[in-house]
Amino acid sequence: MLKGFELQMNQDVYGAIKAGLPIFIGYFPAALAFGILSKTCMVSLLDCFLFSALVFAGASQFIALNLLVTGMGFGGIVLTTLLVNFRHFLMSGYLATKIGKTPVKYIVPIAFGITDEVFSILSFKTGKLTKTFIFILELSAYSAWVSGTLTGYILGGFLPDDLTKSMGVALYALLVAILMPEIKKSSKALVLAVSSALLNTILVNCDFLPAGWSIIVCILTIAFAGMVITNKKTTGKERL
Amino acid sequence: MSNLIPLILGMAAVTYLPRLLPFFIVTDKKIPKSLEAFLDCIPAASLGALVVPGMFSVTPDVPLAAVLGIGFTIVYGLIRGGILLPVLGSVAVTYFVLLHFH
Repeated sequence: MLKGFELQMNQDVYGAIKAGLPIFIGYFPAALAFGILSKTCMVSLLDCFLFSALVFAGASQFIALNLLVTGMGFGGIVLTTLLVNFRHFLMSGYLATKIGKTPVKYIVPIAFGITDEVFSILSFKTGKLTKTFIFILELSAYSAWVSGTLTGYILGGFLPDDLTKSMGVALYALLVAILMPEIKKSSKALVLAVSSALLNTILVNCDFLPAGWSIIVCILTIAFAGMVITNKKTTGKERL
Repeated sequence: MSNLIPLILGMAAVTYLPRLLPFFIVTDKKIPKSLEAFLDCIPAASLGALVVPGMFSVTPDVPLAAVLGIGFTIVYGLIRGGILLPVLGSVAVTYFVLLHFH
């Protein structure tokens, strides 16, 4: 019994590190860029650290720096952050159904670590989602983000510019790599992802939504369309 | 720069709450079938919008570099699968293309 538990534990640790490494590779250079940019925006080292350690949200931290420089007030920046990060509401909602009932003392730290990439890995992971797996995965993301921020601020751009940029591709490659097995399994995932990508491209180019909202509109619209089609198919089958 | 702590705390709150609240709303209740179908579509629908068009601006002066990098991930994923190698490979491909153009 104990052996089985240990085995499961080892598999979780190994699996989480394997899944966490690509996140680390993707987050570190992005955080590096945030650290460098903070310094050029005259943000203190402590504030820069607190941004990454407490907010822990990629895009909105960059947007905040941008808005600070343009002289926007704190209220406006906080509101923008809310809009940019509200998509996590949908992601957490999905994960809540997948993780199932968990004591609040675990939910509090788990919820803090739900980023786009962590969500993507958790939502497509087969088998049970254990606390060990989630914590290690989130910790690898968080440690990359915070250590990258500090390294960037203190050391500046010590990597060649081209390499840092190339490492930025890792975040997107990670999301694509997570999606590939689903696409191979069913055409549904492919249709959902491609239509969502097309819709988002149109919305971003039209540029009438505040930052971050195009993704929310895409998730809601495409998932709703997916639901309608799935329901039609199942009721159709029941009739037969 | 003036004291940024209130800003950081405000941003932390509005980032954390949307991540936290669903856990208290969703659990305990039985989810209707249609909502389940909706939630099922969320991961794939999110991924599409998270990747496109964002990936085209990672290497702004040579968008082709990022496109080829992601292309490697797709081809490798179709043939072999996995996460780490397709990700590392995409970085390598992007870097080589950038070096070639600069």
